Amino acid sequence: MSSLQLLWFILIGVLFAGFFFLEGFDFGVGMSVQTLAHNEKEKDQLVSTIGPVWDGNEVWLITAGGAMFASYPFWYSALFSGYYLILFVILVGLIIRGVSFEFRQKVAPKYKNLWNWTLTTGSFIVPFFFGVLFISMIQGMPLDAKGNMTASFTDYINLFSIVGGVALSLLSYLHGLNYIALKTIGPVRERAKNYAEFLYGVLYVGLVAFAVLLYFKTDFFKLHMGATVTLLVVIVLLTLVANISVIKSKELSAFLASGLTLVSLVALLFTGLFPRVMISSLTQKYDLLITNASSSPYTLRIMSYIALTFLPFVLVYIAWTYYIFRKRIRHDRYTEY
Amino acid sequence: MSIVPLARFQFAMTTIFHFFFVPFSIGMALAVAIMETMYVITKKEEYLKMTKFWGNIFLLSFAVGVVTGIIQEFQFGMNWSDYSRFVGDIFGAPLAVEALLAFFMESTFLGLWIFTWKMVSPKLHVVFIWLVTFASGISAFWILAANSFMQHPTGYTLKDGHAVMNDFGALLTNAQLWYEFSHVIAGAVTMGGMILAGLSAFQLLKRKNNEMSFYKKSLRLGLLITLVGSLSVLMSGDLQMKALVKEQPMKFAATEGLYRDTPDPAALTMIAWANENQHKRVFGVELPYALSILAYNKFSGSIKGMNSINKQLVKKYGQRNYYPPVNTLFWSFRIMVGFGLLMLLVAILGLFFTRKKKQLLYRQKWMLWILGLCTFIPFVANTAGWLVTELGRYPWTVYGVFTIKQSVSPNVSVTSLLISNTIYFLLFSGLAITMIALIIRELKKGPEDEEKQAQEDQKSEADPFDKGAFE
Ligand code: HDD
Ligand code: HEM
Ligand code: HEM
Repeated sequence: MSSLQLLWFILIGVLFAGFFFLEGFDFGVGMSVQTLAHNEKEKDQLVSTIGPVWDGNEVWLITAGGAMFASYPFWYSALFSGYYLILFVILVGLIIRGVSFEFRQKVAPKYKNLWNWTLTTGSFIVPFFFGVLFISMIQGMPLDAKGNMTASFTDYINLFSIVGGVALSLLSYLHGLNYIALKTIGPVRERAKNYAEFLYGVLYVGLVAFAVLLYFKTDFFKLHMGATVTLLVVIVLLTLVANISVIKSKELSAFLASGLTLVSLVALLFTGLFPRVMISSLTQKYDLLITNASSSPYTLRIMSYIALTFLPFVLVYIAWTYYIFRKRIRHDRYTEY
Repeated sequence: MSIVPLARFQFAMTTIFHFFFVPFSIGMALAVAIMETMYVITKKEEYLKMTKFWGNIFLLSFAVGVVTGIIQEFQFGMNWSDYSRFVGDIFGAPLAVEALLAFFMESTFLGLWIFTWKMVSPKLHVVFIWLVTFASGISAFWILAANSFMQHPTGYTLKDGHAVMNDFGALLTNAQLWYEFSHVIAGAVTMGGMILAGLSAFQLLKRKNNEMSFYKKSLRLGLLITLVGSLSVLMSGDLQMKALVKEQPMKFAATEGLYRDTPDPAALTMIAWANENQHKRVFGVELPYALSILAYNKFSGSIKGMNSINKQLVKKYGQRNYYPPVNTLFWSFRIMVGFGLLMLLVAILGLFFTRKKKQLLYRQKWMLWILGLCTFIPFVANTAGWLVTELGRYPWTVYGVFTIKQSVSPNVSVTSLLISNTIYFLLFSGLAITMIALIIRELKKGPEDEEKQAQEDQKSEADPFDKGAFE
């Protein structure tokens, strides 16, 4: 395994982690539009908190996909064609929520609720099915010698993958609630806090189920005992921190903790996969490995130059955006800015 | 039913739909950036109104452009996994670079543009929209780099049955890329101008006195942009055609409907119909000399017909059908070129009849109608252009190297494809209808609505950001 291969494996992980940290709270806010807000003003207020940033956050996913295509074409091909229907549903979710930001604001009032619903529904669908996808992937999928995955519905929809899907949506929801508490003034702020307090109780149950299933359904504990246990402990600790911060109304710390929980989850998946990128349930011989799924050294080198040159600029202007929009959004005078 | 036609249908449907909004966004972003720049320079409120009004329409097209773009990114893996394995080493790089260099910039600065009207100075604010425009150009460049590799592969070797990159520079200096890039950007500029002029013409038909000057200004700006755009599209298209004669003679012969080699000098076929099964032309109307001039810039030179090219290709690449869908190519090409010339004409005449001294156009209803209907033309022209480029590459995905049949995902079922095709179709229809309805709604509201809103905003003195977030 070359260091460039390792670098790109990690980079893809980082991009997915960034996606779940950032778009995670967008999803949570989207879910909250129909479940937390009580009236149109509050809904607008919630949407305003993510209005300027949601598209940029989604680009983390697009970049992750592009990076996977460029650096691990065999992984990209196996994963995307194998999970055809799941990814199709994710795309539909992304489409109906992506247009809703513009549409809900411009349609006649009587149709506005339709686009509120697509926003909320799409925001549930996407993290749920990503959970199903990743969790079924780490259990191993029927991957043949050429790397073609011919899975049927029952292969990827099972108890563990559903628990994974629920867990990821729940984490996103909580992350969104913490973000709302951090970014708003008015009744939704208090309500978000109450919701979060309650849902953290549910999350603990989910995490226990997740850890148990991880033990029985994957080889993570066998292959990477130390890392897996450490990361699970980190996830639980971060959840505790988030939960306590919510209770004490330490909003920034709750938000960071819930975001880092999502990051740790991605880290857990990627360390568990290592040194594979896809696991074949047919025979170990057919596993796709970091060593045999990547692009040529030349391509990886070119890509590394480009990424390392430009990524810092991107990070700087993204950070600047969050700085510009750092203030809280009020309910009584939500805004067109 | 087999998966190849279904996957092809899906690619065609989704990219064509994506490409309705791509040039719309690029062209409109440019137009809006120009308007806002004029506002910053002249400080006239009217330009601010224009920026906001047309900006709203731009945002609608951008929103649909974004969500349909994600499909594109995913579908190479979903529907064309063997293709992705074959070219991933080369093809993935431009896609990843596009996301990193263009999409982050586009989305971030668009967010800033939409939401910082009252937070930053006008001078800084206009920079945001220029950055969005610039980023959409970068995005076009990188995705077309990928496409150009498929049209004219360079900078690679074959190794273990895969294409492997050995010269990244060659990917970017590919002549095909620079033709395509100039042509596509020019097409987008034309589209932005035409939509601006066309929609303004519709609005002028309503004859609302308080809005006349607003739409007259927009209309003239639109026509000016169309003029620049359609001249560039013509010039870059001409270069492309001359390159095609050399690089993809089959595509060229098909767009001219030529089965047999032409005599020297070659005549240009104006209209024709082919019998594609018997490889014969049913009828045709010709213009002497013209094709030699178009292809070689001189009064002589013959063009090879598809029959002899087919023989050459069979010899070079093996037994296979190399005839592309001739009638589709022939007519798509004529529609594209015809509409390009029409838009040029409309722009020239439109500008002439709206000049200061004599403003005939505003008074003639039929002229406004024609201009209004021209709104739809660039959509057709752009689509026709892509049909020529992509269908003309038949039977290859990567020209001369990899075929369409080899490219599809072997493990995706017909059922999956039928489901996704049906739902995409319904979804796109829904989006298109909503889009049109919303544009009409914005037009009905008119530019004055912006002003009312601005006044209301001023009345409520509360600052939305009056408390720091991290106290
Ligand atoms: C000539 C220009 C051009 C062409 C040929 C394509 N696109 Fe596109 N794309 C753009 C120009 C563009 C753009 C102007 O940058 C868009 C359109 C409107 C917009 O919002 O950004 C965009 C949006 C867009 C997005 C969403 C970006 C975001 O979230 O901000 C993705 C993922 C793609 N595209 C990917 C593709 C792929 C994989 C294509 C190949 C089939 C493709 N596009 C063809
Ligand atoms: C957005 C503008 C584009 C449009 C409107 C467009 C249009 C089309 C159409 C109509 C087809 C179907 C042809 C057929 O049925 O055989 C097609 C095929 C295809 N195009 Fe494009 N295309 C566009 C851009 C691109 C780009 C930028 C790429 C590569 C980066 C690309 C790659 C492909 C591939 C892989 C196929 C499938 C193989 C095939 O059927 O020929 N296209 N495109
Ligand atoms: C007016 C004269 C025009 C000429 C001579 C011309 C020529 C061409 C040629 C030869 C191609 C095929 C290139 C290839 O396959 O490599 C092409 C493609 C294309 N054309 Fe045109 N064109 C003209 C006008 C237009 C107009 C008005 C539009 C749209 C507003 C347009 C949009 C496109 C697009 C989007 C493509 C596909 C992308 C590409 O290959 O560049 N063209 N054109």
